Amino acid sequence: MLTNVQEITPDRLVGEVALIKGQGCRFVTVTCTDLGEAHDLIYHFDDQGELRHLRLKLPHGATLPSLSGVWFAAVIIENEIQDLFGITVTGMAIDYKGRFLLAESSPKAPFNKLGGIAVDVRVRPPAATEAAAPGGAH
Amino acid sequence: MQTTATSAFPTRNTVIPFGPQHPVLPEPLQLRLVLEDERVVEALPAIGYCHRGLEKIAEKKDFIQNVYLVERICGICSFMHSLTYCQGIEELMKVDVPSRAKHLRVVWAELHRMHSHLLFLGLVSDAFGFENLFMQLWRVREHILEIMEKTAGARIMLSVCSIGGVRRDLDDGQMAEVLRVLDRVEHELEEILPTLMNDYSVRQRLCGVGLLSPDKAHDLGAVGPTARASGIPMDHRQTGYAAYGDLGGVTPVTETAGDCYARIMIRVRELHQSAEFVRKAIQKIPAGPIAVPVKGNPDGEVLVRMEQPRGELIFYIKGNGTRNLERFRARTPTFANLPALLHMLPGCQLADVPVIILSIDPCISCTER
Repeated sequence: MLTNVQEITPDRLVGEVALIKGQGCRFVTVTCTDLGEAHDLIYHFDDQGELRHLRLKLPHGATLPSLSGVWFAAVIIENEIQDLFGITVTGMAIDYKGRFLLAESSPKAPFNKLGGIAVDVRVRPPAATEAAAPGGAH
Repeated sequence: MQTTATSAFPTRNTVIPFGPQHPVLPEPLQLRLVLEDERVVEALPAIGYCHRGLEKIAEKKDFIQNVYLVERICGICSFMHSLTYCQGIEELMKVDVPSRAKHLRVVWAELHRMHSHLLFLGLVSDAFGFENLFMQLWRVREHILEIMEKTAGARIMLSVCSIGGVRRDLDDGQMAEVLRVLDRVEHELEEILPTLMNDYSVRQRLCGVGLLSPDKAHDLGAVGPTARASGIPMDHRQTGYAAYGDLGGVTPVTETAGDCYARIMIRVRELHQSAEFVRKAIQKIPAGPIAVPVKGNPDGEVLVRMEQPRGELIFYIKGNGTRNLERFRARTPTFANLPALLHMLPGCQLADVPVIILSIDPCISCTER
């Protein structure tokens, strides 16, 4: 069972993670689950072999602050979550603009429970998208 | 091509796509390399060529069918995925797995680690241009694949792990055969591995290349042999899952150099460690059933992790009391090692890029799932 879980709000995320990093923990990964009305995000950290977790609820349409300024290792999973759940992650060190795993013709936010409920992060002005996107597979 | 410096000797940067189809890459991965002459300045990964959405499919399948699904996350260490999944479901459903089944799981898991490491050593030998060594290592690997076929009925996709235990038992004759094969493999490796470890050309290609310091390895979340080669003693078999707790403990194999050579030496030494675990598991295996019946459906959430050949494998499983899972998520070791790879590449020569990429033993099927 999942133990050692601390509930937080999105605005406290970066500060809490900076504290955890200062305690010598290792960033493990982030798990996102679509609950229908919101996304459930669990941030996992390894503290000397013991797991600890930060958990937050993110309403559909809300943006998520990136951890990549604190922990560069987070940038890969944040891009994956942006692709698969349609969550806009702000301030990522490398932002693939929703093209990390998915192609233009791919389903939008395919890991959400209900189609069409998530924000499509790929609908952006063409000029801004081309200028900022570093690449992507497609 | 673009000019980035305006001094009297301007430096030209070139961006080249490395992959997705490249002779040294067994799977499609693209790295966009920014080069200054022959020196790499920056690397950006581009994946998505084989994303299959397996996590989503796992929500649509019965939780028992998922055992076969998760095995197909990876075509190299498939048993490790089914073992991790079964352990997660067993923890959720409070299933007490028989001790004999736990020992058998260790036997197949360590055989899988050995064939995976031999596959890696062969591929990396090929990458630095030693094709004969590649063929010799894969010839030895065949012995492991054959004994897996004899004991489980398949060479890679064993499908012997089930929720509540295992689906096949080993009789005394099969166990003796496994031990004979291990002796043969170690004997043959004694003749081959000194070339890999001591050859002048090999060391020239690997030593001091693709450096990763212990602090950076920790900061970038590196796992498995990549982290252990930088001196981080992290091996989740130490937690004693399956029967590892009954086999006298696990001492992580570590190196301190943090370069490509150290990452390869970790695998070389772990080959012998794995063979020793198989011997211990067979020696200590108790009599008894190999599985228990499982009733009901999983409810609640669990995060389970174990040591796969490439490092820490994590499954998050959330059940809702029905036959279908609410959420299944896999974080594979290559996914965790990508940031470390991006750190190793800047500063290296273009000719060293293939060896550095292969030194983390990347598995893109796992990474994209």
